[in-house]
Amino acid sequence: MWSLIKPQESNLRWWQVGLLVAVLALWQWASTDPKLAFFLGNPVQVMGRVWSWFAPIDLPPNFFFPDGLKGRADIYIHLGVTLLETVLAFGLGTLLGLVCGLWLALSPLASAILDPYIKAANAMPRVILAPIFAMWFGLGIWSKVALAVTLVFFIVFFNVYQGVREVSPVLLANARMLGAKQKQLLRTVYLPSATSWVFSSLHTSVGLAFVGAVVGEYLGSARGVGYLIQQAEGTFDINTVFAGITILTTFALLLDGAVGRLERHLMVWQPRSAENERL
Amino acid sequence: MDTPALELCNISCTFRPRSPAEPAYTAVADTSLLVQPGEFVSVVGPTGCGKSTLLNVAAGLLTPSLGEVRVFGQVLQGINARAGYMFQTEALMPWRSALDNVLLGLQYHHTEAQAAQQLALDWLARVGLSGFEDRYPHQLSGGMRKRVALAQTLVLDPDIILMDEPFSALDIQTRQLMETEVLELWSRKKKAVLFITHDLDEAIAMSDRVVVLSAGPATHPIGEFQIDLPRPRHVAEVRSQARFNALHGQIWELLRDEVLKGYAQQLRKA
Repeated sequence: MWSLIKPQESNLRWWQVGLLVAVLALWQWASTDPKLAFFLGNPVQVMGRVWSWFAPIDLPPNFFFPDGLKGRADIYIHLGVTLLETVLAFGLGTLLGLVCGLWLALSPLASAILDPYIKAANAMPRVILAPIFAMWFGLGIWSKVALAVTLVFFIVFFNVYQGVREVSPVLLANARMLGAKQKQLLRTVYLPSATSWVFSSLHTSVGLAFVGAVVGEYLGSARGVGYLIQQAEGTFDINTVFAGITILTTFALLLDGAVGRLERHLMVWQPRSAENERL
Repeated sequence: MDTPALELCNISCTFRPRSPAEPAYTAVADTSLLVQPGEFVSVVGPTGCGKSTLLNVAAGLLTPSLGEVRVFGQVLQGINARAGYMFQTEALMPWRSALDNVLLGLQYHHTEAQAAQQLALDWLARVGLSGFEDRYPHQLSGGMRKRVALAQTLVLDPDIILMDEPFSALDIQTRQLMETEVLELWSRKKKAVLFITHDLDEAIAMSDRVVVLSAGPATHPIGEFQIDLPRPRHVAEVRSQARFNALHGQIWELLRDEVLKGYAQQLRKA
């Protein structure tokens, strides 16, 4: 019997699901105590909150929800805003990081002059810029985009900067011997090798774009999932806070998965360990 | 007599020291070298003697401190556009497939896309890589990567071919195969070749002329040998000929002292 249910590769999925169920059951059991429930929330109520956010269908009164459950389907605008901020920040931050990284890596003078300031800007906890961005860009989406851009920018920037400076000198000499002009070198050597470094930082930067957007919403906004969480916290509605966290986690996972697919598609030229084993 | 394809005239290369306390390092001193059109010249010397420096000067990648380089009579300025260079280490772009790597030089020269494609396919076939066009460098073996690099260099039809120990990283069988192939390609369209190696066997088997360099610093040629073995040659078989052994003995006698000197210097440095 034990040999069947012992954790191993074939039943890994069951163990993962089992762990989730166990944690939820424990949570549900703990929340029968009203004092604990005030701080911990209740998984069934959290699910109910998620339902009424997404589904336009009312549920009749039942065992879990004696008063019935309204299907308000009102999260889409908030989710849309948060995702829009994330995608904009991710795109702008990556582009800016790529351009600045390339420029500084190829111009030693500029990089020498700017070096201390770049170090300072990177060392600074950039979340403290949020109030300034709120003043500059107002409480709409752009202050959140700006905050998230500062987070994404430095990740991409440093990766590209390092990547371009470490382009193999032999590769460069070879391209020059094959007749590459300065512009062609940029297009065929520096840019592709910088892009490969951008992709290696994509997972981190998508995550940070999300963090920037949500933190920006916490600090002042009228829309967004971060705003919903912040509002719920103000009324001690712990179930809504957990529901918001669940949704953010789910979408972070989805974004990460999308990036993973894109990466696999664009980086076919890179050796992967599995492939090496096969050859 | 024809204008030499490549002419190094009294080249000296001195490198600035890393700190003012160190003396400047002279890698190459007062070296002159001639390569005629269609001639295969090998340069041998102990490790670390500045062979690659000499080749970089010929390629125009490095400007000599003194002296000048002439390419078909013209003084060289900047990159040597009439030369193709095969590097010792990996020089293929890992993000381009074999075909795209061969196309690289043609794209730099704005060759019309269709013609370029055809030319690149031809060259890949000529180096025995038909069917591997879409493979990325990491999917090819070391020998295959060298073949791609060879096609990449030769597809531009350079008048001078510079080779910097191109096969030193290959195992002995693959190496002899590649040497034979290079000789065959060369014999079809005689180009001026300047071939750098530390392997005397390879130098004799392939060349018309072998130049021996002294140990560094301040490397300079100390001997020149005409290799009068009949062509076409097969690099593995030519090694058993009596004339090959005689030449090998002569050159090795000169080279041995330099190798020992170079070795002693490396020990002192370490």
